[in-house]
Amino acid sequence: MNARTAILAIALFWPVQSLSQGFAGLGIASDDFAQPAPQPVFNFPQDHGAHPDYRIEWWYLTANLTGPDGTPYGLQWTLFRTALAPGTASGWTSPQMWMGHAAVTTPDAHYVAERLARGGVGQAGVVADPFEAWIDDWALEGPTFDALAMRATGADFAYDMQLRATGPLVFHGDAGYSVKSGEGQASLYYSQPFFEISGTLSLPDGEVAVTGNAWLDREWSSQPLSEGQIGWDWFSLSFDSGDKLMGFQVRGDQQAPFTYASWIEADGTLTAYTSGAFTAQTLKADTVSGHDVPTGWRVQLPDKGVDVEVYALTPNAWMDVSVPYWEGPVTIEGSHTGVGYLEMTGYD
Amino acid sequence: MTRAVFAALLSHWWRNPLQLFTLMSGLALATALWSGVQAINAEARASYDAAAATLGEGRFDQITRSDGGLIDQADYIALRRSGWLVSPVVEGRINGQRVIGIDPLTAPGGLGPVTMDGGNIAAFLGGTGQLFARQETFDQLGETGAEQVVSADIAPGTVITDIGIAQRILDQDGLLTRLIVDPVQPVRQAKLDTVVPYLTLQAARSDTDVGRLTDSFHLNLTAFGFLSFAVGVFIVHGAIGLAFEQRRGVVRTMRALGVPLHRLIVLICVELLVLALIAGVIGVALGYLIAAALLPDVAATLEGLYGANVGGSIALRPVWLASALAIALGGTLIAAGGALVKLVRTPLLASGQRRASAIAGGPYNWVQPAVAGALLLLAVLLALFGSGLVAGFALLGSLLLGAALALSMILSGVLKVGSTLARGPIAQWFWADTRQQVPGLSLALMALLLAMSTNIGVSTMVSSFRLTFVGFLDQVLNAELYVYTTEDWQDRAMLDTVSNRVGSVLPIMSTGSTLAGHPAEVFSARDDPTYSENWKLIEAIPDAWGVLARGDGVMINEQLFRRTTLQLGSDLVINADVTLPVIGVYGDYGNPLGQAIVTEELFRQMFPDVRASRFGLRMSPGDVAGLRADLIAAGLPKGNLINQSGIKAFSMSVFDRTFTVTTALNILTLAVAGFAILMSLLTLAALRVPQLAPVWALGLTRRQLGWLELGRAVLLAVLTGICALPVGLALAWVLLAVVNVEAFGWRLPMFVFPGEYARLGLFALVAATCAAAWPAWRLARTPPSDLLKVFSNER
Amino acid sequence: MLLRARSITKTYPGTEGPIEVLRGVSLDVDAGETVALTGESGSGKSTLLHLIGGLDAPDSGSIALQDIEITALDDAGRAAVRRDRVGVIFQQFNLIPSLTIADNIAFQARIAGRYQANLVSDLAQELGLAAQMKKYPEQLSGGQQQRVAIARTLAAQPRLVLADEPTGNLDEETADAVLDVMTKLTLDSGAALLMVTHSERLAGRLARRVHLRNGAVA
Repeated sequence: MNARTAILAIALFWPVQSLSQGFAGLGIASDDFAQPAPQPVFNFPQDHGAHPDYRIEWWYLTANLTGPDGTPYGLQWTLFRTALAPGTASGWTSPQMWMGHAAVTTPDAHYVAERLARGGVGQAGVVADPFEAWIDDWALEGPTFDALAMRATGADFAYDMQLRATGPLVFHGDAGYSVKSGEGQASLYYSQPFFEISGTLSLPDGEVAVTGNAWLDREWSSQPLSEGQIGWDWFSLSFDSGDKLMGFQVRGDQQAPFTYASWIEADGTLTAYTSGAFTAQTLKADTVSGHDVPTGWRVQLPDKGVDVEVYALTPNAWMDVSVPYWEGPVTIEGSHTGVGYLEMTGYD
Repeated sequence: MTRAVFAALLSHWWRNPLQLFTLMSGLALATALWSGVQAINAEARASYDAAAATLGEGRFDQITRSDGGLIDQADYIALRRSGWLVSPVVEGRINGQRVIGIDPLTAPGGLGPVTMDGGNIAAFLGGTGQLFARQETFDQLGETGAEQVVSADIAPGTVITDIGIAQRILDQDGLLTRLIVDPVQPVRQAKLDTVVPYLTLQAARSDTDVGRLTDSFHLNLTAFGFLSFAVGVFIVHGAIGLAFEQRRGVVRTMRALGVPLHRLIVLICVELLVLALIAGVIGVALGYLIAAALLPDVAATLEGLYGANVGGSIALRPVWLASALAIALGGTLIAAGGALVKLVRTPLLASGQRRASAIAGGPYNWVQPAVAGALLLLAVLLALFGSGLVAGFALLGSLLLGAALALSMILSGVLKVGSTLARGPIAQWFWADTRQQVPGLSLALMALLLAMSTNIGVSTMVSSFRLTFVGFLDQVLNAELYVYTTEDWQDRAMLDTVSNRVGSVLPIMSTGSTLAGHPAEVFSARDDPTYSENWKLIEAIPDAWGVLARGDGVMINEQLFRRTTLQLGSDLVINADVTLPVIGVYGDYGNPLGQAIVTEELFRQMFPDVRASRFGLRMSPGDVAGLRADLIAAGLPKGNLINQSGIKAFSMSVFDRTFTVTTALNILTLAVAGFAILMSLLTLAALRVPQLAPVWALGLTRRQLGWLELGRAVLLAVLTGICALPVGLALAWVLLAVVNVEAFGWRLPMFVFPGEYARLGLFALVAATCAAAWPAWRLARTPPSDLLKVFSNER
Repeated sequence: MLLRARSITKTYPGTEGPIEVLRGVSLDVDAGETVALTGESGSGKSTLLHLIGGLDAPDSGSIALQDIEITALDDAGRAAVRRDRVGVIFQQFNLIPSLTIADNIAFQARIAGRYQANLVSDLAQELGLAAQMKKYPEQLSGGQQQRVAIARTLAAQPRLVLADEPTGNLDEETADAVLDVMTKLTLDSGAALLMVTHSERLAGRLARRVHLRNGAVA
């Protein structure tokens, strides 16, 4: 990734960057964009598609996988959308920009690829029904949102996956209205945490058949964070008990972190916890690609008796892309056991 | 002490301003031509670098349409969705400026305007858009509705903008010119031809990139510059030699009065460096003027010949400035080195007299002919057995140097013959005395020889190139109008529009292929008299076009012919089913690839999928404009209609510019050579008095002596010019038949231009006469008392 | 003793074998003395003068100037002796053609660091050069040029003036005049004069006379 492209991507995908750099509002007035409102009413399958009137949106899939010999793997497929201005247009004048990230994590390696695209010319986009999200040759597509095929390629890896939902969509925060700061910045946020996933990883050492569970996040917003918030730590944990926990903390440079958690039972019942109920403390840190990154956490949600230690499968899951961050599979010990995914921004 | 000694040393120049002028102007001229040429080269290289940086030209593989047409944007998307990391480029011209549209999101690293940063990316991608270019480019471009951002990092004559903006202002919506292939591709992707069959992948052409192509041109310039510098160093050598010779007594006196030798040497060096620095600065200023005057023509030549964009104004680059001054100082040291060594070695009590042999440069009396012979022998061996570009240049170098070193020997021989044939005492004395002058003038005469032979060689090359290229244009551009189509409806529209209005429609089909193991293209030719009337074949069997039309043979271009062992009659495998004998070889200048032509019917059988996308339309030239307008009205893009006369006129203007540059350099180098003669004669003038005084005493008038001196210089110039002719022709032959073949793969036929040579000879004669006139005039006015002194003991 | 030369020998290579120019010459000169060095052509008198002036080095023997052994000096040291202690006046006038008469007279004094404007103008006055100071050497007659050379030497206030046929290019009358003023000025400044001449007449005008024959003092 050369410097110029990085600047380009930072400029385009400012919300992600604003998390890590803390320069909120890059001078583009967000007034013109649609703003999330409380008590959202979702309309499916349309809402699986793009919301071009909002500034930022993503389709964010992570998966914990196991090979035939029991080796754990992690997988990521993400499509970001950002808009220079609200609305769509056909051709190169479209203000919609797309960025794809794909990664495979093994116990000792981390493979990453990135794609950038303009909207309006067909190189990338999302269609709600039948569902298709794509950038270049990467795709997440299927007849419905519950049965999807997924593929991505990079310079040194590729994967082809099948996904089947075994549970309902879950809506975070207040029925999908997810507050991100004490000042009320919010996004619209739902997930499909119940995907069963299987397929083939093509790695430099050969092909690996894998199975496991995947978690798909859908989120869109126009101004998700407030000034002074410098990064976040996001956990999606699948316990062997069948329960799932999604918790995040948004770190500030002055104030205490803003936290949120969703407790998701096996049937999809979701309990939302406001700031303070969920805590995450650093247990250990590693230097990864020159960055000091926490790779061991103590995560607590006392209300559900959760007190676990979360460790990275491999510390080396740095996403060396135009907007760098850490994203990788984790293992869980303590009051609960299981696997999950951890995303950390703002450590560069 | 230092001040007194330094003042005494410098006082020499104030008392001998002519010598100071010789030294300074010689050095300044040498520096000027050298640095001027280097400035042009540096500017051109900087422009190539800017082009490479902004466009990645030559650095990346490219995907283009096999037929040279435009690429449908949908096919670009299809490639991306098949796993091809390619980036679209739209390219076109507006008011002569090259407009390039890129997509910064997919472009491989390092592409795009360097000054573009995150702050204005939205402005670049959206809205009315932004154009990045130099101010001079914008001045030519005119208004497009997009914001203009002046940036010196962009190559000259080039506008960079977003692909969407470029498509809009070039009127090429949905069409792309080429695709840049990212060097890093995913582990799997569909095969190119299964995604979009009509596209071909071209490897990054490192061997035919702009730098390599233009190298020969810059080599010419550098050769001129170096030659001028060498001549300048001769001049400086003469001037410094004379100054040292004249100050021999002073130096001895100063030493006798107690100035240590090492102090003297240091002070003399300081003195020379100061003079060199001043002359260098003057030279750099002159060089700047020369470069500024020539650059527009050089730029036009480079753009026309090679499509390389070069800025029209010279920037003062510190590196260039420093190197020019270094050259001035280095040249002075080279010129002064021998004199300094001699000074160090001279014992204090040795004679303070000036010695003629010091200026004549005696010691290598036998070394010089030996070295000359060895170099010329080497040249012959290289011409016979050498191969490769380096050998070509070595051949050039040994030829020129060998000829220069052999010159005084040859002149001596000729003059000796002259003197034996001479009748009458004055004639005999004239020939013998002229012969005696040769060693003293040899450096200047060598300079004249080099200048003349280079001029002859380069003129011959440029003129031959022009003649050949014009013929080639007539051959290739035989149709009056060319039409490119990308869609079937365009074919129909074109055919509807032109029916009954043109003599014939010549579809041109081509496809990439591998012939005889080399990357090549196969072209189709319709059976039409256009070909047999216009194409000149380098080698061919009788009735080759008839044989071709019957499908019984194939013609190949010169590149393929030279790169392979193919001969007339050899079988060439076109594809698995078709093998044909080679029946003709045609010149194909400027094309890096091999090429073969088969008849249209055969081509359609072999490559049924290739559609004809280029058409040559034959008609009377007067109908071109009207038909072109009608084709545009019928919906064909303007850019797809190419007017033959336009291309030819453009090519001719390019050559005219080339001639301007060549002529200017011819005159400059000859002027420098003339200056060298003048300075050598002035240097020798003082030594001439004792040689002429006895003749004067025996009854010749000073006026007669003056005329004889002038005649002597003219005679030597004429003889040198005669020697220069074969050397120049040999040089031209090396350039055309050796260097060109090695560098580009085709051989240019050599034409001789006696008129041009006569003109050059006249220039040289004028230069020599002008140079000799003033010394002769001075001699004619030497006071008798000076001549009488020769006979007194005072000297 | 100002000059003490002992057993000096000097051999030059010649076309028919080495030529022994000096064969053990010894010579003393005291301050205030004027000595004529006479001899036939080839007797070695000019060579002896050059050796004393540090212009060349002897094969053997010693030359002490004010107790400084100059045969032991390198080129720079001998240059310093020429600059600071002796003044040489040649048969050829050896003026610097590109400098004015004034600058020529001042030259040696300047490089010796003993330049005194008064002394230069006094010398010019005494030698009759006052009107020529802005001219260049080529504009002067032979006698005038030799007087410039004498002025140049004396302006540097040497302890020993060495003169090699200083009037050789001058007519008799001019030569006598030049010699008179040279002797007078040398003695006025407390220096000594050692003059090479083949002229008996001129030698007779000096206080002492040393005659060389075949490279030895006769």
